[in-house]
Amino acid sequence: MKLLRSITILAGLLLACASAQAAQTNVAVAANFTDAAKEIAALFKQKTGHEAVLSFGASGQFYTQITQGAPFQVFLSADDSRPKKLVEEGLAVAGSRFTYAIGKLVLWSKSPGLVTGEETLKAASFAKLSICNPAAAPYGLAAVETMKSLNLYDALKPKLVEGATITQAYQFVETGNAEVGFVALSQLTGSEAGSRWVVPQELYNPIRQDAVLLKAGAGNEAAGAFITFLRGSEARAIIERYGYVLDGQS
Amino acid sequence: MEIWSAEIRQSVLLTVELAAISTAILLVLATPLAWWLARAKGWWTEIIASVVALPLVLPPTVLGFYLLVLLGPDGPGGWLARLWGARTLAFTFEGLVIGSVVYSMPFVVQPIRNAFAAMGERPLEVAATLRASPLRTFWTVAVPLARPGFLTGAVLGFAHTVGEFGLVLMIGGNIPGHTKVLSVALFDYVETSRWREASMLAGGMVVFAFAVILTMTLVDKRAARAAA
Repeated sequence: MKLLRSITILAGLLLACASAQAAQTNVAVAANFTDAAKEIAALFKQKTGHEAVLSFGASGQFYTQITQGAPFQVFLSADDSRPKKLVEEGLAVAGSRFTYAIGKLVLWSKSPGLVTGEETLKAASFAKLSICNPAAAPYGLAAVETMKSLNLYDALKPKLVEGATITQAYQFVETGNAEVGFVALSQLTGSEAGSRWVVPQELYNPIRQDAVLLKAGAGNEAAGAFITFLRGSEARAIIERYGYVLDGQS
Repeated sequence: MEIWSAEIRQSVLLTVELAAISTAILLVLATPLAWWLARAKGWWTEIIASVVALPLVLPPTVLGFYLLVLLGPDGPGGWLARLWGARTLAFTFEGLVIGSVVYSMPFVVQPIRNAFAAMGERPLEVAATLRASPLRTFWTVAVPLARPGFLTGAVLGFAHTVGEFGLVLMIGGNIPGHTKVLSVALFDYVETSRWREASMLAGGMVVFAFAVILTMTLVDKRAARAAA
């Protein structure tokens, strides 16, 4: 009985703390932005007291979930077309959309010296090349565009393996199951291991990553604050550190 | 408007092929295992039985994680793959077969084990007094008596392999014609908002699952009537 009572008191205290705390918002984050978003959310909490609860996935997957009423208040996509479509469909707040980052595509291998440049793709001396699903993930689309620009898509197609998200494409290379893979530069931040080739911008359409306030977050204080924070200099410094280009600087 | 697109046909055929091959391998492996489990006495029997049953409880992601590492270039799968010049068994049809066999094993072993156990010692003793060799007893007495168990095991093993998703998503790499099975194709269609194809596949799976369950029920009923 004593134990039960102390549990009840403890639970009551926790509830009291939670309600006294600032607001919370659910944010859908494109997988490539995972590490940067975590850092931004931590700083966001420290500065504003609000909590951003992050979910990570492929942009296409989130888009479908949002059209089906997923309880997200903010969407950080890896492209600009899906946020735009959500605004057009009345699922996102018009005027809230902005480009928070421009992504960079990288060809990456864990083996030093394997990736030297586009000649690596031409030589194709690897068995598997991992990308993420081009239909659901913008970095996958950029990877396909790159191979098409180099006229290598048909030759490389039999070697492609697809991850559901850019995180899985990365993990296929990380576990050694694929020798090379197209990943986001942000995923390689803080490590110089292996070999990499930052794909020149002219080979693929810029990956303009847009954020948007969703209709479900229109009245949510924390959601609005998160969007504002994402535009601020502190968040921009983090975004830049992860290898993204900021809008208006490219 | 083409209803039965090449893309869907390919994933259906691939799924059936995967399930058929896995079921055949499962029956070969599960039969001696089920026989041993049904007849061995000793504390370790239930330990082995529990190990075989693990996939019933484990999330497919646990198996997916282990298989990704084990099939990879640094694991036994990689050594095996090197025999024919490949680097990894992940992203291959063979890799999916290995995964399916592990994943569906309990669904095949359990009914066969139960059927072997249910017949008791008596028929085997009778066969022995008629001087039948153990092997002959097994094929001419035990297997025919356990037929409903084999049927149930085969249907469940097949159906469960068709229904596999998390595992394939983690080790498959979504390659059309090799690893893009029905469940993954469906996931893809939903992710990319292709509702028409998604509902076709999902509807087909519902019909398939219903047919499986109905068949199982009818088989059980018939077996019960035959036993009575």
